[in-house]
Amino acid sequence: MITETGPRATPADDTAAGTPRTRRRLPRWAVPAAVLVALATLPFSTVTVPGLFEGALNSPATLHLIAFCLVFGGLATSYDLLYGRVGLLSFGHALYFACGAYTAALLMRVLELPLPAAALLSVLAGTLLSLLLGAVALRVNGIALAMVTLAFAQAGSILVSRDPGRLTGGEEGLSLNTAVVPDAFVGVMNTANLYWVAVAYAAFATAAVWWLSSSPVGRVWQGIRANEQRVAVLGVNPYPYKLAAFTVGGGLASLGGVVYLLVTGGVTPTITTAEFTLTLLVMVALGGAGSRWGALLGAGLYTYAEHRLRQVGGDSFAGLPEWIAAPLSQPLFILGTLFVLMVFFFPGGLVALPGRIRSALRDRRTARE
Amino acid sequence: MSTVVLLIVTGLGLGALYFLIASGLSLIFGLMDVLNFAHGAFLALGAYGTWWAASFLPGAGPDGIGFLLALAFGVAAGTLAATLVELCVIRPLYGRHREQILATVGLSLATPALLQAVWGADPLTFPKPQLVRGTVEVLGASIPRDRLLLILAAAALFTALWLFNSRTRYGLIVRAGVQDRAMVTALGIDVRRSFTLVFAIGGAAAALAGALGGLYYGVVTPTQGMSLLIFAFIVVVIGGTTSLTGCAIASVTVALVQQFANYYTVAGLGDIAVVIVLALVLLTRQGGLAAKKSAERVA
Repeated sequence: MITETGPRATPADDTAAGTPRTRRRLPRWAVPAAVLVALATLPFSTVTVPGLFEGALNSPATLHLIAFCLVFGGLATSYDLLYGRVGLLSFGHALYFACGAYTAALLMRVLELPLPAAALLSVLAGTLLSLLLGAVALRVNGIALAMVTLAFAQAGSILVSRDPGRLTGGEEGLSLNTAVVPDAFVGVMNTANLYWVAVAYAAFATAAVWWLSSSPVGRVWQGIRANEQRVAVLGVNPYPYKLAAFTVGGGLASLGGVVYLLVTGGVTPTITTAEFTLTLLVMVALGGAGSRWGALLGAGLYTYAEHRLRQVGGDSFAGLPEWIAAPLSQPLFILGTLFVLMVFFFPGGLVALPGRIRSALRDRRTARE
Repeated sequence: MSTVVLLIVTGLGLGALYFLIASGLSLIFGLMDVLNFAHGAFLALGAYGTWWAASFLPGAGPDGIGFLLALAFGVAAGTLAATLVELCVIRPLYGRHREQILATVGLSLATPALLQAVWGADPLTFPKPQLVRGTVEVLGASIPRDRLLLILAAAALFTALWLFNSRTRYGLIVRAGVQDRAMVTALGIDVRRSFTLVFAIGGAAAALAGALGGLYYGVVTPTQGMSLLIFAFIVVVIGGTTSLTGCAIASVTVALVQQFANYYTVAGLGDIAVVIVLALVLLTRQGGLAAKKSAERVA
């Protein structure tokens, strides 16, 4: 439908691609498969990575941290479906994540449903909610859409923190009802199982987004992202396509909420707030919006950095004067500032970085010649 | 009866607070297409600036003239921050709306964290001058005096902005720029110069809102800006960006709906009722504020 026009390859591209071309091309599935195998076999490795992780790779603390990174990786990928692939600026993604987590927690606590039934029902609920709210919100475009989704998410956030009928636990949140969860997913001894659930979720979300983006629907999304009016002029109504992306994104996010509930053993209202959606946006933009690995990479790095900064925050800056040490002990201050700098100096995120370096080197070479 | 009067005046006070935030936000958004998430940061800076000046600045204090001085200091801090943000962060990114939003998002995350690092996460008690303590009898209802102060401040800002818009050359350029930026540029007027001005005005209004919000809530916290900002966004969507009056009416409507629903139903439902009003406006007016500009908006 929307095809790339213009010159396919300029002479400069040819010389740049010259070196890799002599290498035998790997099939497209090779890198994802290798990453997946590496992640899946991680609990069997006892390697220690000094400086990066405190214990061995298969120690519960390290696995837990990586599982966290993966859950947020999957969630950021579902957000990237909206932001990077279709160009919808939604500020309400936290709502669907929280909807999945809270619905699952409530179903298991109040109705004592077993985990699979609760998971299925809460993903359904999250998908339906995003379908309904998306149908209203997508009547507006651009920045108005951002504000409207933000308002919807805020309503959800208020609802959760007001604790109606003592259901949501207010500021305290809810803990997982371990009685109805299979024993394999409970306790520190079983961190590896929880880790595999997180790997499965991240892989599923990523695969779903990749598959959808390369399908015919994905081509319309690409067109909407580039120029929505032109898509409409070509005779395709963008609205159902945008709503489809919104719904799939919401559904994937609510599945992420269920996984998050399992991995952390509970939910707190922090995942309902607007700040949480903003951090998702930061993750996606940090990695590179609309790219294959960007959201996963950005979310992993962000979560890891926030966790480690919180861990080392207090003592590692103790030698510095108070007025430097105090702001540096706030992870959000460091990450927010770094993000602003990144927007300036590395637009396109981390995945665009190798290309930028390569083109900078090429420019220098041509300048010398 | 007295309850209704109390609710109306309190609602007007809250509406005044919303107007102080939303007026700057809608000016910035209307003229520059920047969804300014850093607005909450200006608000927090204004609140903390006033609090700090009232406690530590020589000459300023928690009462009388000293408080006015503290207020001026807080507003100056917010204005300075807004001007700096426009010059150093927004200006280099002109024409790239996505990046501008991302940069303000980064600032909105970093600033509360910075305030929290310096003054802690706990709410700080805000000084309350003698003049606005206690209540006044209006039609049989006891109205807290600080609500009246808020209404006065919003009315003053409304008048000042109205005079600026209708009587000054810069106001004319800003109004024309909101309507059609490309045309103003084509007429040979550098509309970008007014961007800084609009940002400074918005920052000053937000800082004033932060300080007066401190009076309204009695405390200041680093994250107060964000929750107020969301309601200000709702006001901007309902009121549109083209007229100051629309913004004022939307502020008052949102606040009154919130107050009445919170009082007559369960607490917290009022905030949700506001979101329902927003959804209704979107469904019936097909686009709200976006209808005018959606064709040229790229973000």
